[in-house]
Amino acid sequence: MPSLKDLRNRIASVKATQKITKAMQMVAAAKLRRAQEAAEAARPYSERMGSVLANITQAIGGGGDAPALMTGTGKDDVHLLVVCSAERGLCGGFNSQIARLARDHIRKLLADGKQVKIICVGKKGFDILRRDYASMILDRVDLREVKTLGFVNADAIAKKVIHLFNEGGFDICTLFYSQFKSVISQIPTAQQIIPSGIASAPAEAVDGGSAVYEYEPEPGEILSDLIPRNISVQVFRALLENAAGEMGAKMSAMDNATRNAGEMINKLSITYNRQRQAQITKELIEIISGAEAL
Amino acid sequence: MAEAFKFELVSPERLLVSEQVESVVIPAAEGEMTVMAHHAPVMTTIKPGVVTVKTASGEEERYVVFGGFADIVPAGCTLLAESAVAVNDVDRADLARRIQEAKEDAADAKDDEARSKAEQFLSQLTTLEGAILPA
Repeated sequence: MPSLKDLRNRIASVKATQKITKAMQMVAAAKLRRAQEAAEAARPYSERMGSVLANITQAIGGGGDAPALMTGTGKDDVHLLVVCSAERGLCGGFNSQIARLARDHIRKLLADGKQVKIICVGKKGFDILRRDYASMILDRVDLREVKTLGFVNADAIAKKVIHLFNEGGFDICTLFYSQFKSVISQIPTAQQIIPSGIASAPAEAVDGGSAVYEYEPEPGEILSDLIPRNISVQVFRALLENAAGEMGAKMSAMDNATRNAGEMINKLSITYNRQRQAQITKELIEIISGAEAL
Repeated sequence: MAEAFKFELVSPERLLVSEQVESVVIPAAEGEMTVMAHHAPVMTTIKPGVVTVKTASGEEERYVVFGGFADIVPAGCTLLAESAVAVNDVDRADLARRIQEAKEDAADAKDDEARSKAEQFLSQLTTLEGAILPA
């Protein structure tokens, strides 16, 4: 049985922890709002990009001059996985969910006899995947020092991927990130970015159809400029969604922690009071029985 | 008074401009072009340069863009810029850094094609610097 002093210390320490988790929850809530705003602000760009891409692929009509980034190498032997996770922990199952999805994917690919390469974005995913697949990790991108995610960060990652592709380092690239559905639900998602798969989309949905575009320079040239940019945009979107998701997960995790600490304090206080009462009673009994003995 | 049309300037981080304008001057890859209402549909890449927007109320706004592309249809014009800032907010240190990077790229280029591309980009950047610095 812990002594009264032990219990007091215990309660004090749980209270301190509760204060910390409460503060973290509030910080996460503030950051979440900012992250959500950033994700929303980035949406128009990716939407426009999508419609422009659709337009231009139609113009080319799936002709032979589509760049390799779009059509792929025609093989699927070497897979590159870009796993985006958070830089910090204490956000519930957020990181392990992404890592689990990636791991399942890797296992399946390996079982099919494919070669797998990994690029990790964020520290936590790297830490998890390093345990089993250290030899496959090509690179890791550290965003720890980055305060506000900018397009440059995503662009740097995309450039790395494209560079690797041009060197023939892989055939298919899949992006792993967590889709931000709501504060309490983030869905780990795998999205194939190379080949982009736009070329194989059915060439319908001609809106109006009247727009006969003039291209300056040639459509093929624009497209070869556009596709890498589109990949950057996809990566950027993934990073933003991840940032928002991380904060959401952290917020609910910290909310739970605060509530648990509260429960624990209640329980401990009850034990403490009971013991104090028991001690008082014991002392009284001692005094009374002492007096009676006289 | 020319007819107004819808112009949007979007960067990956945010939507900078979305309003009715009279004309827009775009630094297209093959020379500057002025877009007005009912322009024939054109799609073009843009090089680093200054976008001049003349709004429907007659004011003139200038933005610096670093590459991207423009989608022009009779009803409006959408400019997707890799990065865009109002001329007054241009960070000179940032511009200097970009130029430095471009110089390094040109120096590191492996083949002639890459080198000429990098050099072209560099010259576009220096022209841009010359265009906005005295402003």
